Amino acid sequence: MGSTETKRCLVFILGTLGKPVPDDLSAPQQLVGVVGLEIHAQINSNTKLFSGSSVRFSAPPNSLVSFFDASLPGTLPVLNKRCVEAAVMTGLALSCTINRKSLFDRKHYFYADLPAGYQITQQRRPIAIDGVLTYSLLGGKKRSQVIRKTVNIKQIQLEQDSGKSLHDDLRSQTLIDLNRAGVGLMELVMEPDMSCGEEAAAAVRELQLILQALGTCQGNMSEGQLRVDANVSVHKPGEPLGVRSEVKNINSIRYLARAIDYEIQRQIDVLQRGGTVQNETRAYDSKSGETVPMRDKEGLQDYRFMPEPNLPPLIVYEDNASLPTGVEACQAVVVQKIREGLPELPSVKRDRLVQTYGILPEHSFTLVNEDGLVEYFEAVLKATKKEPRKVIGWVTNELMGHLKQQDMSVSQSPVSPSALAELLDLQETGHISSSVAKQVFQEMWRSAGKTAPQIIKEQDLGLVSDTAQLHSICQKVVDEHPDAVHAIRNGNKKVLNKLMGLVQKETKGRADPVLVRAILQEKTS
Amino acid sequence: MLSLTIREVSLALREGRISPTELCRKCLNRIRKTQHLNAYITVTEELALKQAEEAETRLLQGAPKGPLDGIPFAVKDNFCTENIKTTCASRMLKDYTPPYNATVVQKLLDQGAVLMGKTNMDEFAMGSGSTDGAFGPVRNPWSYTAPYREQTGTAPDSDWVVTGGSSGGSAAAVASLTSYLALGSDTGGSTRNPGALCGVVALKPTYGLLSRHGLIPLVNSMDVPGIMTRSVSDAAIVLGILQGLDFRDSTTIPTPSSLTELPEDFDVKNIRIGIPKEYHAPGLSDETVAQWSRVADMFERAGARVEQVSLPHTQHSIVCYHVLCHAEVASNMARFDGLEYGHRSTVDSSTEAMYATTRHEGFNDVVRGRILSGNYFLLRQNYQHYVVKAQKVRRLIADDFKRVFGSGVDMLLTPTTLTDAACYSDFTQEDNRTRSAQEDIFTQPVNMAGLPAVTVPTALSRRGLPIGLQLIAPNLQDEKLLRVAQWIEQRVGFPSITDCGDSSESRNSTGMTKREQTSAL
Repeated sequence: MGSTETKRCLVFILGTLGKPVPDDLSAPQQLVGVVGLEIHAQINSNTKLFSGSSVRFSAPPNSLVSFFDASLPGTLPVLNKRCVEAAVMTGLALSCTINRKSLFDRKHYFYADLPAGYQITQQRRPIAIDGVLTYSLLGGKKRSQVIRKTVNIKQIQLEQDSGKSLHDDLRSQTLIDLNRAGVGLMELVMEPDMSCGEEAAAAVRELQLILQALGTCQGNMSEGQLRVDANVSVHKPGEPLGVRSEVKNINSIRYLARAIDYEIQRQIDVLQRGGTVQNETRAYDSKSGETVPMRDKEGLQDYRFMPEPNLPPLIVYEDNASLPTGVEACQAVVVQKIREGLPELPSVKRDRLVQTYGILPEHSFTLVNEDGLVEYFEAVLKATKKEPRKVIGWVTNELMGHLKQQDMSVSQSPVSPSALAELLDLQETGHISSSVAKQVFQEMWRSAGKTAPQIIKEQDLGLVSDTAQLHSICQKVVDEHPDAVHAIRNGNKKVLNKLMGLVQKETKGRADPVLVRAILQEKTS
Repeated sequence: MLSLTIREVSLALREGRISPTELCRKCLNRIRKTQHLNAYITVTEELALKQAEEAETRLLQGAPKGPLDGIPFAVKDNFCTENIKTTCASRMLKDYTPPYNATVVQKLLDQGAVLMGKTNMDEFAMGSGSTDGAFGPVRNPWSYTAPYREQTGTAPDSDWVVTGGSSGGSAAAVASLTSYLALGSDTGGSTRNPGALCGVVALKPTYGLLSRHGLIPLVNSMDVPGIMTRSVSDAAIVLGILQGLDFRDSTTIPTPSSLTELPEDFDVKNIRIGIPKEYHAPGLSDETVAQWSRVADMFERAGARVEQVSLPHTQHSIVCYHVLCHAEVASNMARFDGLEYGHRSTVDSSTEAMYATTRHEGFNDVVRGRILSGNYFLLRQNYQHYVVKAQKVRRLIADDFKRVFGSGVDMLLTPTTLTDAACYSDFTQEDNRTRSAQEDIFTQPVNMAGLPAVTVPTALSRRGLPIGLQLIAPNLQDEKLLRVAQWIEQRVGFPSITDCGDSSESRNSTGMTKREQTSAL
């Protein structure tokens, strides 16, 4: 699974770089995937979209339900200004056109967790349209090349979330929790501009970072704050799009990539076997890594859309000057004010990091894409004299390597930024070698709380700079490797590095490399 | 005492000529004696007495909350009342008790008004006779007056007339003197129609002037809480209290003026009264035409300019009204699925089966029929053809009114209904849809346009039954509407039901019949 995924995306990436791979030459009419996304982002607000109930994850069932949320007869929706502002802000961050006037509609279907029998959404005229999301992939041979891509945002619409149904199969009961019913959602519709799981994953990750930077959505996929449905089809380039399936039930970015790539391959297999792809809804099963057909809602649904009669058109104003008389600035949604309040977006942050610290663009991706890593990196820099360009490797390789291995987040790191800074300073001032520094880092990771100097002292890892001791070790190495000495004397100076490595091996990396080099040069000259 | 207006009884309360508890007891007593009218679904006796006692304390302290303090009122059973059953005259909600008060109910309670009970209606306000509710039909109090009985010569039990609808219970409550004011709802005429047939003043304010929060909707874009009283000036008092922005209803609008008491004198000289020629509809009774002419002539004699005007799209209004009404009904009724509240079927083989049987058992044929056709209109392939087209015609109808008012006409004078009230036995010969089309013919265009309108009783027909005329004003001209209405009221000399040998009270005591069991439950 993992290997096919990598291979297919690699094909794609190279393809875009104008270097067709052999596969493409032998089969120029190969089927390729086409991916569009529908993303439901829960608006980060204190109260629901149309009622005053609180929004909170994992509260006791049905404890956050107003009369309106339970669709008690006679209740009416009252639009939450904060939700509108969040949608406008998100629209601005994605370069959307903000509709000065948008409308609400009812979408009807019977489902136990939809108490009113309809969802209030924005079908005819959403709050924001025609945006674009720019995201990047790492490609090239060493996956160190930053490839910039864009996906068009068709629209962002405000709508209500539904409640949750809990099925008790044993007692054949369905229990309903309405805490989530009526929570504000932004539905973002992305055009089918992507072609594989990795692209979709990168786009969603970028969106997630943007939403988190804006504070309009917390973006936690496992808590359902960000829900991604993928529309997947395959076709031969240049031909009309194929029949698509919709893949649901994807609760992490990693699964998103896997689900899409599985689905593309499945559709290709179906077509190559002479079958046809069904227009259906499929669920991703993370255990098997497969997509499976979902029990269909009795064929095609007719949602019987109609205007929501209880909400007047939603009007937003460009600036304070365009407010009509009688409308106060504090009551109105003013686009200009929101635009001025936009925070630093991830792409700008990356550019700033590259410029400020002289790090590589791919490093800025690693820093920004990992929650809390920029803050960690900058905290280390504050506490160390080491140059940013030398620190970055420690953060992106050592720290991230350890975190990934144990599936931990930056905030869970047992090595604090100041502890790492202390270690790096010891190396910088020549107290330990770089290889020992890595050893010490591992030890700090294992026994949290121990400082670098403690570990160096306990394990006697300080640099050996006793000249007499180093002389005897070097002599031993020189004696045991006459061939190497011969080569050096014949002018192959590079072989000296081999001898240095052997000395470091003897000293477990503790020998002062400057001293060792001088001694070896002297002994082999 | 019971036949007084709010203004009169309020004065009597302040002057101590009667106490709120006495007044309340009298009304409760009257409700018992007029039980056969079936005007109330729920009588809130205990609560009413408690509220009356509180009002009494305030009045004794000389600190009444306002003109409504201690005044008995009734509320149509589609307005939510906290901890009081609110049924919409449907099996679906027969045991439903809302946890909150509708804004308009709350405002009356806040004024110290005393709630007598919840009034009968057509199921979910779908009807024009108050004959299609789960608790049986409402009887028009005028069926029991001397002029009507002398004229028909039969026992009232066999030949009573309908109240009109759908707010028939509220109209009957005000007409039969059990409440001084009642709330109705008006979607296509549901307040004005029974108001006219029961001889009370019935106001449909401008859309958005009164909050709909807590009104269980029929058609959200047309529903307006209606006010029923015994005088125009009472209607103005109540409107002044109920109108205004409500943050719980986003379609409410700021009040154009704070309504105070209507002046006794209003000069109609130089005002322009329009008579829409399209309202000379087939089926309009001679007597109603005669009343229409009579009042038009009064205006003319008083110096008003009375002129014929045209509202050319009127003829298409009722069809479009039905399309839009049914579409919204289909949507609004979707929430009644038996899960969160209301009737739930015992069939539970699947969620779908539970929904289907719950809705089948809970709704009557009229409601189910409208849901079915409404969903048909909303289908993707039908939406443009029905709903969008009906909305376009709705705009044309609103434009008709705009044009006429824009030409300088101040107010339109029309009949409210085609005829006086029909006998129950005749009324039920036709189905609900046919009756609604006939009965709402003069009233629903106003709802399509959102305008304010009021019906004022002008005379009794040869059958001894009330005839009313309707005034229609431009948007937000509710106050002016009431001034002109009061001018009519002052001149037509409509009799009080007590002057007409009302025998509704004596009926039970003479042992003619016990209350007929008409309830469907």
